[in-house]
Amino acid sequence: MLSRVADSCYWMSRYIERAETSARVLDVNIQLELDNEDQLGGRLRQQWEPILATLLDQELFHSIHKTFSADAVMDFITFERSNPNSILTCITIVRENARTVREQISSEMWELLNRLYLYLRSDSARAAHKESPIDFYRSLVDSLHSFQGTTDATMTHGEGWQFLQAGKFIERADSTSRVLDIKYHVLLPSGEQVGGNVDITQWNAVLRSCSAMEAYFKIFHGRVTSWDVAGFLVLHDTFPRSIRFCVDSLDQALHSVSGTDRGHFKNEAERLSGMLRSNLDFTNGDSIFKTGLHEYLDQTQARLNDISAAIAEEYFRL
Amino acid sequence: MSGFFQSYDTGGFYDEMFHADGSVRPHYKSLLERFSEMDRAAFELKRSLAEQTYLNQGITFTVYSGDEGTERIMPFDLVPRIIPADEWRHIERGLEQRLRALNLFLHDIYHDQRIVKEGVIPLEIIRTAKHYRPELVGMDVPHDIYIHICGSDMIRDGDGRYLVLEDNGRCPSGVSYMLENRQAMKRVFPKLFRRHPVRPVDGYPQELLAALRHVAPHGNPDPTVVVLTPGIYNSAYFEHSFLARAMGIEIVVSQDLVVNDAKVYMKTTKGLKQVDVIYRRVDDDFLDPTVFRKDSVLGVPGIVNAYREGNVNLANALGTGVADDKVTYYYVPAMIKFYLGEDPILPNVETYLSAVDSDRKYILENLENLVIKAANESGGYGMMIGPQASREEVAKFRAAIEADPRGYIAQPVISLSRSPCYVDGSFEGRHIDLRPYILMGESVKIIPGGLTRVAMRKGSLVVNSSQGGGSKDTWVLDSEEAPC
Repeated sequence: MLSRVADSCYWMSRYIERAETSARVLDVNIQLELDNEDQLGGRLRQQWEPILATLLDQELFHSIHKTFSADAVMDFITFERSNPNSILTCITIVRENARTVREQISSEMWELLNRLYLYLRSDSARAAHKESPIDFYRSLVDSLHSFQGTTDATMTHGEGWQFLQAGKFIERADSTSRVLDIKYHVLLPSGEQVGGNVDITQWNAVLRSCSAMEAYFKIFHGRVTSWDVAGFLVLHDTFPRSIRFCVDSLDQALHSVSGTDRGHFKNEAERLSGMLRSNLDFTNGDSIFKTGLHEYLDQTQARLNDISAAIAEEYFRL
Repeated sequence: MSGFFQSYDTGGFYDEMFHADGSVRPHYKSLLERFSEMDRAAFELKRSLAEQTYLNQGITFTVYSGDEGTERIMPFDLVPRIIPADEWRHIERGLEQRLRALNLFLHDIYHDQRIVKEGVIPLEIIRTAKHYRPELVGMDVPHDIYIHICGSDMIRDGDGRYLVLEDNGRCPSGVSYMLENRQAMKRVFPKLFRRHPVRPVDGYPQELLAALRHVAPHGNPDPTVVVLTPGIYNSAYFEHSFLARAMGIEIVVSQDLVVNDAKVYMKTTKGLKQVDVIYRRVDDDFLDPTVFRKDSVLGVPGIVNAYREGNVNLANALGTGVADDKVTYYYVPAMIKFYLGEDPILPNVETYLSAVDSDRKYILENLENLVIKAANESGGYGMMIGPQASREEVAKFRAAIEADPRGYIAQPVISLSRSPCYVDGSFEGRHIDLRPYILMGESVKIIPGGLTRVAMRKGSLVVNSSQGGGSKDTWVLDSEEAPC
């Protein structure tokens, strides 16, 4: 497969995942705001600002919007063209990438992305968002899920598909770590130990932002503690948005591309992904606790970046 | 004329669907019956269905204005253009004859130049052709095929005679529209196809691939074939990727290619892979910055050397632009006679060369009544339709011709045939042409049909999409019998 095409597949997939994360985080945050309406008052900022931090865009937001409001944040993350990570920008990039690899992906995939792109640019998207932001974000997430299903059902599971998988899972691992990390900061009042008395609603929100609420409760039977939530989202072996699951899938995809057996490596990307994967396989909540959750997540993000750089070096820059 | 067509006026032109007396031509009878059953609302519905299909599939042109591109679909008209079997056989024979002659001509001028030596075409005409490549003289190409893919534009005059208007021997585009138009028509009017014996066109990509594989260097039986595109911002990118997909081959941009030891490779995730045949949709000028335009960022340094060494083949060949030259066009009937010893089956449009003194005098005296064309422009650019031109334009072309007689030709204004088109709720006649696609590999293959282009503006004679032209599906019927 052409290096350029592999590159496009990889980034197309990352941006799809990024758009999905944004949509889900916003959906959850709106609900959270509705739950807390009566006591909100001065906490508006507290509720929305972390979202910007999760999605990396604080400074740009403040340069565009002088006043702070939930609508402004939503608009910025959803429709703002100058925001390189807004949902609209992500889908625009996805579509550009898809155009360059149209002969690799199926027509069904292309048409789905193209329709989504045309819709997001239209007035009816803005009208729908205004009417019910929750419905808007849910149907967006639905479309992106259909894209994943369409991809699996209509595209050959060859090299191109493996690069899509690699992009999807590396981005998803990164997103989960960010959602967790930010909430950790917000949820932890100064001076309090992690694992102390925290707001259950907020931790529920973290779970929902990762579509993890139902899966989590099946295991923990209604008990929400920060450590259980963090442990679940980092280490669970079969939940599809846990960091461990994502890194395992990433490692699998990379090995499929090169044809190397799992547990062995033929290039730097595989070596790094294998190391991170075994680290996650053999870590427990206590050892994360000793490192500190924030530090642990920080390290994980750095290691994901290293893997991404190694993938580019190995496959995209010939 | 009945129902929906009640107020249709052929306007004194040759109309594809109706005789001058208003009666329907036999091969359109069944279509007329079906359309007459419909009303405006039903037709509108069909039209928006077709448009939505194009938009969702991203079959669009990008028009840049302001900070972002808006995407437009090429206007598509729902009334098919129907060509009866006997007319098509005539066209087919004529096109095959023409393409054979053009390929013999290109081989000749890049080798012995017999046609010049025997006085049929002046050396000066060849030497001054903008796209003539003297650096290729003496070089052999596989099977002596230069134009593998040809799009010769055809029109019909006031008597319905088919004439060739120009030959596109470099990168004729539009074939994806031919294929998509058929898909759209099948979606929108499935029943019509049951009532008409329409010959299929969807074998084109496979025929194209077979032609490309046939011309692989060293007779390689399993060559790697790729499509080379200028990139996603090229207005024909959709077509490039469409063809690559339909042929199941890679589409590459120049950065994907690298030349080592006079061989062309593409950069893949598994390392370098040699490329044997390139269906290039990049003009000669931009192909290789070490040979042609130094400022080209689209090019692949060294690719021309690899081509000259015979390690890679290009389709179409380098230097075919000399056959596109509108002055060369004038000599095509003479070429047919010279190389094949046959009379041309499809005539040219009557043409005057301003490079010839007597012709130039006539041209300059009759500018207001002629169509003037720059010899090396396309897409409807660099032309003037005398009767519709302003005084300033006429003056501009007069000066241009006097300054560069070799650079222009003139033709009488041909009243192109018209076909009914759906315009604002009713049917009106619009001028059309036909671009058939002719492939030359092991044998000559002509896809039954082609792209019928429509001058959508009322009265306009310019069908190019860059000038607001649209298109319609082209049906070649399989048998003599009128459709039932």
